[in-house]
Amino acid sequence: MKIGIVVFPGTNRERDMAQAFQVASGQAPEMLWHQQDNVDGFDLIVLPGGFSFGDYLRSGAMAAHSPIMRAVRQFAEKGGYVLGVCNGFQLLTEAQMLPGALLRNAGMRFLAQDCHLKVEGRDSVFTAGWKSGAVFRAPLAHGDGNYTASRDVLDRLEGEGRVAFRYCDAAGRVKDDDEHINMNGSARSIAGVLSENRRVCGLMPHPENLTEEILGGTDGLPLFSGILEALG
Amino acid sequence: MKVRVFVYLKKGVLDPQGKAVEHALHSLGFNNASDVRISRVVDLHIKTTEAEEAKKQGEKMARALLANEVIEDFYVEVSA
Repeated sequence: MKIGIVVFPGTNRERDMAQAFQVASGQAPEMLWHQQDNVDGFDLIVLPGGFSFGDYLRSGAMAAHSPIMRAVRQFAEKGGYVLGVCNGFQLLTEAQMLPGALLRNAGMRFLAQDCHLKVEGRDSVFTAGWKSGAVFRAPLAHGDGNYTASRDVLDRLEGEGRVAFRYCDAAGRVKDDDEHINMNGSARSIAGVLSENRRVCGLMPHPENLTEEILGGTDGLPLFSGILEALG
Repeated sequence: MKVRVFVYLKKGVLDPQGKAVEHALHSLGFNNASDVRISRVVDLHIKTTEAEEAKKQGEKMARALLANEVIEDFYVEVSA
């Protein structure tokens, strides 16, 4: 299985992402520079976290128009798998490959802490590593993670089982208006969503940073082992 | 032509930055300030003498990049 990780100027989580896939598969993904204009031959493209183009204009806005994103969009339209984490999620919404947008955190502060996520998405390789309803811990680190979309879009996402992950407490309780649980103020506590064909997934927290005991736990590993198992 | 693109959050979209500034204004004694919203202005120059054409291009740019229409609205002003 061939995995490519896209690197933009200002990306800073590409090594963490590569390490997570290395741990799960024993194989190192390939790094792809943003000026590259094709992604032929890859099975999965990953857009990692960071501050692409310094978050100028809006987080992910500049990166969404870089040469490689044209190729990634075509790749996705042909049924390719794409995972975006943190800045990668912001980028996917800016590129209109996922619905909604990520606003400034409701409390204005940059958040760097652990959160808990409830796995809700159905029938996707990105949630295949968990049982539906499972709860896991993940670090998060972002200033713009407040997910928003129109009510129609939110209803549709929920109705189609396309809310992949939701913020919750350690016991799995979801509370939209509790800033200790839904810390960035996201609409309906949404932390991650799936595209219509369920092959594009974006989420704000960083499961890649909890994939080895030496990092403090392996709570995030099922994301990677699940993808690898599902895609063979 | 000089083109000025105003980009602002749609009505109903939470603006935590505006809220924080509003609180700061209150603590400075401007207690009657309310509904503070922070917007963005993009100034640029377009090589044309046609105001209509400049405006059209400014709007195109706003749709393509300068505004995110999921959360933002915009309008364009043109001057010589």
